[in-house]
Amino acid sequence: MSIGIRIRDLRKTYHSAPPFAAGAGGFAPRGGKPAKQSKPQIVALDGLSLEVKSGEIFGLLGPNGAGKSTTVGVLTTRVRPDSGEVWIGDHDVWKQQVTVKRLIGVVPQRANLDFALTAREILIFHGAYFGLAAKERNQRAADLLEKFKLTDRADQMVRGFSGGMQQRLSIARAMMHDPQVLFLDEPSAGLDPQTRILLWNIIREYNQAGKTVLLTTHNMEEADALCQRLVIIDHGREIALGTPAELKAAIPGGFVLRLRFGNQTPDLLQRLQSLPGVREVKAADTTGADIYADRGGSLIPQIANLAVAVGVELHDVHISEPSLENLFLHHTGRSLRD
Amino acid sequence: MNWKTFGALLARDAHVARRNALQLFLQTFLQPLMFVFIFGRVMVRSGYMPPQYKSLLLPGIMAISMVFTGVWAVAMPLIAEFQWTREIEDRLLAPIEISWLAVEKVIAGMIQAVVAGLVVIPLAWLLLRPGIDISVHSTPEFALMTLLVAGFSACGGLALGCSVNQQHIGLMFSMVMTPMIFFGCTYYPWSALASFPILQKIVLANPLVYASEGLRAMLAPQFPHLATGADLAALLFFDVLLLVVGLRQFAKKAIS
Repeated sequence: MSIGIRIRDLRKTYHSAPPFAAGAGGFAPRGGKPAKQSKPQIVALDGLSLEVKSGEIFGLLGPNGAGKSTTVGVLTTRVRPDSGEVWIGDHDVWKQQVTVKRLIGVVPQRANLDFALTAREILIFHGAYFGLAAKERNQRAADLLEKFKLTDRADQMVRGFSGGMQQRLSIARAMMHDPQVLFLDEPSAGLDPQTRILLWNIIREYNQAGKTVLLTTHNMEEADALCQRLVIIDHGREIALGTPAELKAAIPGGFVLRLRFGNQTPDLLQRLQSLPGVREVKAADTTGADIYADRGGSLIPQIANLAVAVGVELHDVHISEPSLENLFLHHTGRSLRD
Repeated sequence: MNWKTFGALLARDAHVARRNALQLFLQTFLQPLMFVFIFGRVMVRSGYMPPQYKSLLLPGIMAISMVFTGVWAVAMPLIAEFQWTREIEDRLLAPIEISWLAVEKVIAGMIQAVVAGLVVIPLAWLLLRPGIDISVHSTPEFALMTLLVAGFSACGGLALGCSVNQQHIGLMFSMVMTPMIFFGCTYYPWSALASFPILQKIVLANPLVYASEGLRAMLAPQFPHLATGADLAALLFFDVLLLVVGLRQFAKKAIS
């Protein structure tokens, strides 16, 4: 049995600083008079709808404050939405919380391990909360510790663990009761490249056992490597949805050239647009232009000549190949890391 | 209600309490026992206090130890776990209604408070003897009183723990616990406030008054004390009130 996730018209506005679990910073304040408001209103989700198919690895991609962690919070009974519906399989998350909690495993953005316990005890008690028999939970704990390469530190208190070890243990804990749906909020943040690959393999393996995985990330590479489908969100709204290949193919031309000039004029933009192979030109600030084109480096000489002809100086050129990063840039005019 | 999960949560708290047993022991008993030694032994032997004071003091010390233990056992972990570490989230995701997690915290705190209350009696007795006159006249009444005192302390811990910020822990102790203890008829009977009529009325809002007076009625009824029925009723009232407030605050903290 594998089950999916449905989200319908989800809205959430925080009236105080959002909890850490919902990410920090980057939210857009609503209204034009933030100084006069005694309580800041922060719109985290603005009518988000989604369907995650059973048995797929689905990614939520977006910059900090896009609403990714709030979405995970709502789906995992931790953040109450203002309106909208969320379902895990056939269960309404907010009407059948206990049933839903049995079906899900959650890896939070920041490890929230029980500091009063050792690594092994954390897994064993977690198993006990979910009603596993003593023998089964001891065995599973030992297996997971081995899998996540934590066996040699298993009987130490987790307070002294490094960030990467805590993260690995968080993931092991989420898998302890063998949930049907696994939520991972920024799973590879703070992991070294080796551990990241170990983690990706474990997630793929878990998914191959028929489990649904929903992960959030602002790392393009991760989304590209791991997710079968993904949604790009910003300011709590969907920007684009599809497989990584589909999304990348949707970028006009594929290549992006980010140019910086001494100063940029409408005339310059118009003439850039008429260069062969250029699909779209977008002004960025007062000195820049983003060009979406079929080719990359071979355009540079023409751009340089054109700049000379118009009488502006070309300061900087950055070329990137088709990527999800460029898709985000195309839709929002901002980089994911901004 | 999911008893397996509830039992596992309780087992986790018992495990942690066992691991920190020595620390908990010193934290709970050092201060009250030093108080017992100075006031019950030094001051009595040197003649500044009458010998009967020993028996008057002991129920009050039991009340302080229980209340301090219950509040500390519930409030401190909650304050820490709800704030910076968010440790409690793994238990909020356990398959049980979150209000039952709060109830579990209260039960764990009550058990610790009862243990503290029952341990401090022989310890104080050892420090104070000879010449101490305490006895349990009605065991069921004593058990009920002890449970209600434990309940008030643990429910108070829940309400405080879900209302106080980490940076205000010191303030909680100096602004809430200390006045509660000094105006809680722990070191003197309520009747001793007769010459301060306004204060005597005001302290009736302090639940610790009923704990001290109630335990005094159970252990040393030879001293003046509030009627047992009034103590039980008042404690029950504060138990329920603090539990309701605590559960509401807990739900607010638990879900954004």
